[in-house]
Amino acid sequence: MDWIQSLRIGAAEELLSTVGIALLVGSAWGQGRRDARAITWVAVLTLVAAAVITAPALWHGVRGAEALAFNGLLSGDAFAAFAKLLIYVAAAASLLVAPAFFEKYRAMRSEYPVLVLFAVLGMGIMVSATNLLTLYVGLELNSLAAYVLAAFLKPDERSAEAGLKYFVLGALASGILLFGMSLTYGFTGTIGFAGISATLTGHASMGALFGLVFVLSGLAFKISAVPFHMWTPDVYEGAPTPVTTFFASAPKVAALALTMRVALEAFGTQAAAWQQIISFVALASIVVGALGAIGQRKLKRLLAYSSINNVGFILVGLASATQQGAAAMLVYLTIYVPMTIGGFVAILMLKDDQGNQLEDMADIAGLSRTRPMLALGLGSIMFSMAGIPFFFGFWGKFVVFQSAVNAGMVWLATLAAMASVIGAYYYLKVLKVMYFDDPANRVTGRSDMVHEWLLASCAVFVSPLGYLVTKGLTALTMTAAGVLFPLA
Amino acid sequence: MNHFPILSVMLGVPLLAGLFCLMADAKMARTIALAATLIDFALGVLLWAKFDVGGAQWQFQESLPLFSGFSWKLGIDGIALLLIELSVFLMPICILASNAIDKRVGEYMGAFLLMEALMIGVFAAQDLYLFYIFFEAGLIPMYLIIGVWGGAERIYASYKFFLYTLLGSVLMLIAMLWMAHDANTTDIPTLMQYDFDPAAQKWLWLAFFASFAVKMPMWPVHTWLPDAHVQAPTAGSVILAGVLLKMGGYGFIRFSLPMFPSASADYAWLIYGLSMVAVVYTSLVALVQTDMKKLIAYSSVAHMAIVTVGLFAFNTQGLEGSMIVMLSHGLVSAALFLCVGVIYDRLHTREISRYGGLAINMPYYALLFMLFTMASVGLPGTSGFIGEFLSLAGIYQQSSWVAFVSTTGIILGAAYMLYLYRRIAFGEQKNADAAAMRDLEPREWLMLAPIAAAVLWMGVYPESFLAPMRGDIRAIEARLAATKPAGDAQFQMGKAPPAGEAEAEGAH
Repeated sequence: MDWIQSLRIGAAEELLSTVGIALLVGSAWGQGRRDARAITWVAVLTLVAAAVITAPALWHGVRGAEALAFNGLLSGDAFAAFAKLLIYVAAAASLLVAPAFFEKYRAMRSEYPVLVLFAVLGMGIMVSATNLLTLYVGLELNSLAAYVLAAFLKPDERSAEAGLKYFVLGALASGILLFGMSLTYGFTGTIGFAGISATLTGHASMGALFGLVFVLSGLAFKISAVPFHMWTPDVYEGAPTPVTTFFASAPKVAALALTMRVALEAFGTQAAAWQQIISFVALASIVVGALGAIGQRKLKRLLAYSSINNVGFILVGLASATQQGAAAMLVYLTIYVPMTIGGFVAILMLKDDQGNQLEDMADIAGLSRTRPMLALGLGSIMFSMAGIPFFFGFWGKFVVFQSAVNAGMVWLATLAAMASVIGAYYYLKVLKVMYFDDPANRVTGRSDMVHEWLLASCAVFVSPLGYLVTKGLTALTMTAAGVLFPLA
Repeated sequence: MNHFPILSVMLGVPLLAGLFCLMADAKMARTIALAATLIDFALGVLLWAKFDVGGAQWQFQESLPLFSGFSWKLGIDGIALLLIELSVFLMPICILASNAIDKRVGEYMGAFLLMEALMIGVFAAQDLYLFYIFFEAGLIPMYLIIGVWGGAERIYASYKFFLYTLLGSVLMLIAMLWMAHDANTTDIPTLMQYDFDPAAQKWLWLAFFASFAVKMPMWPVHTWLPDAHVQAPTAGSVILAGVLLKMGGYGFIRFSLPMFPSASADYAWLIYGLSMVAVVYTSLVALVQTDMKKLIAYSSVAHMAIVTVGLFAFNTQGLEGSMIVMLSHGLVSAALFLCVGVIYDRLHTREISRYGGLAINMPYYALLFMLFTMASVGLPGTSGFIGEFLSLAGIYQQSSWVAFVSTTGIILGAAYMLYLYRRIAFGEQKNADAAAMRDLEPREWLMLAPIAAAVLWMGVYPESFLAPMRGDIRAIEARLAATKPAGDAQFQMGKAPPAGEAEAEGAH
């Protein structure tokens, strides 16, 4: 373990922080619209470069001692690489959609890409953390950038409200998490994941279990799982749509990957204890997410509930506590990220002829007649989210159910599958409004070309063509998930 | 795999044409759709011609390991062959019947062509998950067809259709996952020979039943059908009654019976009970309908109950009869919906009382309508008779009571169909506008005449249809023989055995 190796493993994070700081300094001079655009593009390129640096670890299935950096504080293993790649893609998409949105409100500032870069840096640390303290540092770096991003549209009251809500509730969750960590440290005497896992064998003490419950509660807030989901609809609705796109994709991946690492690596020996908690949280998220979405009239709120619902399905994979389950979660995330981005990009494309954003369900009435391609794109994403084959979203649900059934949790898979029918109802409602209702003729504005391309690529990915990647995806996710199961 | 992948081509042609239709204008879309369905029909004829009757059980097999966890595996036996033939035969007729559609023609044709590809996929899939994907994906085009081009209550009907069927199928999915895990394969022919633990079979059977019973549909989960039928456009009803309902029966004969033989025997009482209720109850409901489409929809439920009864007779007659009822009902109910469509296009109402005495001004129409009515009733010489007779003969060996109750369905069927026919075609011409309607035009002849020919063919020489599936039916019967429940019929062939032997047999 020398410094060179450590620096090499953390190369992506070093690149992001260096460029982030440089751009921060640069943005002090460049505050014009053109500068902001340029800085956005530099940030996107940085993400691409970081992805290129990260990808080989996934490819070679790096794991164990060769992946550890800085005396075991970080791990550049295949699992971290997989999660980071998803995060980079999601972040790049939310950077690309931003200029067209903010320029309408004269709010496109260079801080936006800089903040996103720092959030991504935090997330990279989150998913590579193999130590409770690194985990916390990563989480807070991400969260602090996210609070500011939520309030980015300063003139908009809803945006400010979203930022404040996110901050207050996020700080509370961080407190809960820290409390859980301190309990865990107190009862195991270590903050390294490997050490915790080695100490917590056999019957865990009450104190350690409390630590586990508090850590999981804190993380449940970050992934917006029921019963810690209340902030999600408000923040998603209030935050500017590009920021919501970001919130719904990248931090979700990071927080879920983090939860997987904590549950499977640190507390892997106590799986029986947290499986019940996760099963309950999963089912509750599916049901509450589905029921909550039914009455929504705002599309962003609807997608917020939908994300709660999706997190529930992802947690079904965690509840099975197997390598297959972990791989299934990664597959689901890989499909979920483009679906979510596509959904929000479609909302970004809803503009009236003055270029104002439209966000109501009523605005998209009869969209299939006025804007057939936009309706087709959003429609595919809705069918896909509902998990109707042959759209690709079905595959995500399929693999998590499969992992649950194979792990002997048929009841969980059955209940989750039945609850998915409730979810199908509100996705169908969006389709009904777009395809069956009479045109409202409100969506008349021109859409940005970047948005069109992003939506088109997301729609192609969730179309049946997506199944062609299943083979490679299964191999990669199994490698990545294998990292969390040292004995397997 | 070195032969021509005809099944994949049959799937691909409508899919590709459907994409083109989305971009074409109305007239072009109609032409493309008609051409694509005719090509598929020609391929279907070729498929039948090349099908080796009495040869290998599975033919035209293709396998391509494209995906993770399942593969693109197609292949057909005689049962699948006949149902594919039914689908490709009805599709061009559906396209012809869609003349009255004047809004969003391209999308409409695209949805129908997608539907055709998915139907062929359901019957040709040899991989468990591939089957599920096709089976479930069929909901999407049908949801759109009912929702966009349906009648006044279309939105309610489309939701009901979608959510009912979805709830049934997700349970089946979980059962499939369990099966694949237990048997370690997703290959349907292998699974048909795999012996699941009898206790697990019960659960698996129920999960599959949840899906197929809704699709079939069986009483009491049939209520989506009348709504969907009434609201769907004519061609939608044709495809719904003609092919989609057959997926339930196909599911029973492909999955429930051969994969879970002991559970099928255990739950035969459930099937009998629900079917008996369905036969009597839905027939009576049909008798009082004032809406033509609703009446035919309820008659479908009654006919499908005869199918389930025949399937769970566990013998050759019953199974063959059920298959023939499915094929026959596919043709006849499709034709009846077309007949309704013909006069609906002229008068824009489905109220029976608005018509009357059509035999006077539409004699050819009345003639064809009469033929299909008789086929629906089960008159000898038409396809309906063959199927119903065989099914009932099959179930009679198993349970005379079930046979007795199911047979009342024939009488009630005659009652409601003849009553419908009398009100529409006979009597005096009380409505001037109905009396002024023109007789069949060439396009309508083109739709109805082929079906009439097929109905008579199946009625006069059913061997053409029985021969391809004989081997498969025998295989299923052999699979069921070990566990099938004892019937109440006491057949005595030749001389009675000596007294001592009879006693010895009675002892165990």
